[in-house]
Amino acid sequence: MREKARHVPETVERFLESTLDSVDNAEELAVAVAQRAGFDEDDLMRIGMAVRESLVNAVVHGNRYNANKKVRFSVVNSPERFTIRIADEGEGFEYREVPDPLAPENLMRTSGRGLFLIRSFMDEFQIRRLEPGGTEVTLVKYVVSK
Amino acid sequence: MSVKLSTRQVGDVTVMDVAGRITLGEGSSALRDALRELVGKNQKKILLNLGEVSYIDSSGIGELVSGFTTVTNSGGNLKLLNLNKRVKDLLQITKLYTVFDVHEDEAGAIRSFA
Repeated sequence: MREKARHVPETVERFLESTLDSVDNAEELAVAVAQRAGFDEDDLMRIGMAVRESLVNAVVHGNRYNANKKVRFSVVNSPERFTIRIADEGEGFEYREVPDPLAPENLMRTSGRGLFLIRSFMDEFQIRRLEPGGTEVTLVKYVVSK
Repeated sequence: MSVKLSTRQVGDVTVMDVAGRITLGEGSSALRDALRELVGKNQKKILLNLGEVSYIDSSGIGELVSGFTTVTNSGGNLKLLNLNKRVKDLLQITKLYTVFDVHEDEAGAIRSFA
């Protein structure tokens, strides 16, 4: 949870290459903004990991490392909400068809936990399909707990 | 810092000390390769010391699961040692904590293989 009194509005936007370096860069950038916004160590870890998992999805599953496709990444630190948006140019996927990683039959799968971790670590998670193609996820951490 | 792996032998138990980040890319593939190499050498008792792991992502968790399955399928045992709070929390929320045999002291972990 962040203390409102320390809030300093800030907006950052980047267009990232579809590489694993971009994953590291986006995580560092989001954590740096969140740090300036006053989030504590535990929340910084949660925000960083949610961004990492989202970027991996965008780079690996969305854009499939395609050098011609970019990942749009933005962080908006506003008075009530810390909002991160990540958009790829991939073919999209059906969110409801993603298997539940906590189901007994999926527990020993070696992948498929990324979206679950993102949802666990953020206060809000939204996903939408973009036209003509791509997926945008929106991650929100509240400034104060509801 | 990416991941750093080193192995040592304590009796018939191979202890793999893991330090750094186990994340998609170099970190998780290094861990996968190292565990497969141990299985290839017919090591049946493997203790993964995660005490110096600073960060693990979903790919890293997947590698722990993969390693556990690989070692178990070869007739061996893979156990975990020295989980820090973040790694422990991650294994708990993913319901994997009870899947692994987790230990907090090395001597006890070594004895548990007997």
